[in-house]
Amino acid sequence: MSDLGYDAAHMLGAVVLLMSFALLYQRRLFSLLNVFTMQALALTATAAWQAYSHGEPHLYITALLTLVLKAILIPVALHRIVVKMKIHRTIEPALGIGLTMVAGVSLVTLSILLVLPVTADATALTRENLALSLSVVLLGLLMMISRRNAVSQVVGFMSIENGLILAAVGVAGMPLVVEMSVAFSVMVAFIIFGIFLFHIRERFDTLDMQKIESFRGESD
Amino acid sequence: MTLLLATLYQILQMLLVLALAPLLTGWVRLVKARLVGRQGPSVLQPFRDLLRLLRKEVVLARNASWLFRSVPYMMFTAIWLAAGLVPVFTTQLALAPTADLIALIALLGSARFFLALAGMDTGTSFGGIGSSREMMIAALAEPAMLMIVFSVAILVRSTSLAEIADFMMAGAVGLRISLALALIALVMVAIAENARIPIDNPATHLELTMVHEAMVLEYSGRHLALVEAASMLKLLLYMALIACVFAPWGMATAGSGVAAALGGMLVFVAKLAVGGTLLALFETSIAKMRVFRVGEFLGGALLLSLLGAIFLYVSRGV
Repeated sequence: MSDLGYDAAHMLGAVVLLMSFALLYQRRLFSLLNVFTMQALALTATAAWQAYSHGEPHLYITALLTLVLKAILIPVALHRIVVKMKIHRTIEPALGIGLTMVAGVSLVTLSILLVLPVTADATALTRENLALSLSVVLLGLLMMISRRNAVSQVVGFMSIENGLILAAVGVAGMPLVVEMSVAFSVMVAFIIFGIFLFHIRERFDTLDMQKIESFRGESD
Repeated sequence: MTLLLATLYQILQMLLVLALAPLLTGWVRLVKARLVGRQGPSVLQPFRDLLRLLRKEVVLARNASWLFRSVPYMMFTAIWLAAGLVPVFTTQLALAPTADLIALIALLGSARFFLALAGMDTGTSFGGIGSSREMMIAALAEPAMLMIVFSVAILVRSTSLAEIADFMMAGAVGLRISLALALIALVMVAIAENARIPIDNPATHLELTMVHEAMVLEYSGRHLALVEAASMLKLLLYMALIACVFAPWGMATAGSGVAAALGGMLVFVAKLAVGGTLLALFETSIAKMRVFRVGEFLGGALLLSLLGAIFLYVSRGV
């Protein structure tokens, strides 16, 4: 009855989701980046496992891309940005951690309630994978909303993209072109983000979005 | 014959947990000491401490009531009974029909309730602060614990510990998200309930952070020995519970012989050694949390267990 392929895919997807929650829980930028790296590693493992268990060799390329871009390149670059801008001691006064976690669990419930009726005739693995990846995407959005620092908003954006990749590797028959284009658009977005961060910093002397808002005349 | 054997096993288990609990605490302390580069006391040191305390005279506060004097006995009995209910080396126990997860939580809850009352009984400010903090932790840890129980119970369709262990050993259920989340949440609850490091550190007397120690500050002599023994038993109980629900392999089942039970005992000791080592590793690698962050930590445990229960409805077969 128990089937290893299903169980392992299930578990790895859950680890990715759990890392999303860990992201919401972090207060310091460095630990945030570490957790993000862990999420990327879990995603790599998921992609590699799906490639192995379903015999789809092109998913190995996805795994490799995730490993190189998400687990090595982007964390190292963000790490350097944080060090260079001397904000590594920042403890983020996020929208209360407890409240964020409650919102996170409600989002997961929402995505399950949404996915279950839509995919009533799909296989159990697909349903779960869709529910998990939709949750990861929504949690990434929540992260972007609830954080004040621009760097952690970038991390939130990247974790949304992790959710998309998770959906892509779970659904059988996703062409490689889609994954490649998603990966490269994220790379481009990351470069633009990097440039923007430095510009924002130069212009406003801070990366705290709440302080920057006052320049638009939104709050007093 | 079966009943006789089950009774024998039950008595054996009650004695076994009583003997192993101080050893486990001693083992955790020894590993911790070695990890930070100290020699550390022998594993038997907690036994010596308990014996020393038992021999000492009891000093009572002038305004201590009967409640204060009877709480150590009540607490020790409740926790000892609870520790005896968790199947550790065989599922064939005389009390197995009553070994219900909810009964277990009730026993632990009443022990905690009486200890909190005793903390307030002498009217010292430390006792009051300890009790109020303990209740804050309890208010978050117990719902989390109950959610974990519900997830496991929905999966196994029983709250009986012996049945859960049998079910898990049969391997009918593979790796499940809900179980993984429940396991993480249970570990978090266990850390909080046993006053281990990120939440509380009973080895210090720092009034800013102490919880458990503040409540038992007024106890001395044999009362203190009972309270200490109860908290050692509680640590063993949580480890046995985690082992029973999530890693019951090696346990003797109904129908297997005496040799299997003896093997189960050895496996249980090995599991405790591994668990104690992991706990010591965790405790040396983490710093103590501020009291106000305990809410976040346990809120996390509650949410994880809730998530586990939610995921039961997505996964296959339920």
